[in-house]
Amino acid sequence: MTAIVNVFLKEGVLDPQGKAAHHALESLGFGDVEDVRIGKQIVIKLNTDDKVKAEAEVKEMCETLLANTVIEDYTIEIA
Amino acid sequence: MKVAVLRFPGTNCEFDTQYAFDKLGHTTELVWHEEEKLPESIDLVVVPGGFSYGDYLRSGSIARFSPVMKAVKAYAEEGGRVLGICNGFQILTEAGMLPGALKRNNNLHFISKYQNLCVINNDNAFLNRCDKGEVLNIPIAHADGNYYIDDEGFQALEANGQILLRYSDAEGNPVVVNGSVTSIAGVCNASKNVYGLMPHPERALEALLGSEDGVRMLKGFES
Repeated sequence: MTAIVNVFLKEGVLDPQGKAAHHALESLGFGDVEDVRIGKQIVIKLNTDDKVKAEAEVKEMCETLLANTVIEDYTIEIA
Repeated sequence: MKVAVLRFPGTNCEFDTQYAFDKLGHTTELVWHEEEKLPESIDLVVVPGGFSYGDYLRSGSIARFSPVMKAVKAYAEEGGRVLGICNGFQILTEAGMLPGALKRNNNLHFISKYQNLCVINNDNAFLNRCDKGEVLNIPIAHADGNYYIDDEGFQALEANGQILLRYSDAEGNPVVVNGSVTSIAGVCNASKNVYGLMPHPERALEALLGSEDGVRMLKGFES
């Protein structure tokens, strides 16, 4: 089973990398760009077939290590 | 005073920190991150600067799981004094020993220069030899020093006098250096025994080399 974790800065927390990429896209002529947020994707291979257990475990991983919940939000997809 | 200086893979300010406290007449001991115990009868733990674990994932996020950090946490919970400098500050926020978090600088640059700092609160062991409103000149060198805390957390910091230092001009007016909330450069915990700052007082010991303002900061721990 594979878990895909996406970690992004929380809404309202300024994302300086996203902002810089936004400006760069604009200066390249991509006029429709409204906002850019840069985060990270963490792919975790799990040795279990129990989706509920996997989700609970990955949530704990996010809370303890993968995300800093003071500034970041995360999403989990199990596939 | 006996000072324990922690050392993680990627730490690079441990010898400067040792030199600083030795120069001030104290004894120091380097403590490798795999140690589960701190040395006996110490007066201060310093988490020095550097790039522990290559700053992988987030600065300080891996170091906080090192065996020695459990001992540091227990030491602080018993009232022991802990100082985190630069990467050490990042580690202490990641460990939940200090409030807030440190993000990438808002200009995305690694900023390395002398910087004026205004002393905001001095009723603590760290800054008791400095005056409130005094301007100190201390080097900074970081990419992730943009201090963030939510509104509620900020109100608590202010109410409890936990804001130690702000980036400022020569007159003490706050200036934007890296995007930190209200230009915060250093904070302490509510019980005022755990301190963190991005600037490097251990690099400001000699007037000849630019500034000796770091001496008074580090000497604060003698009382």
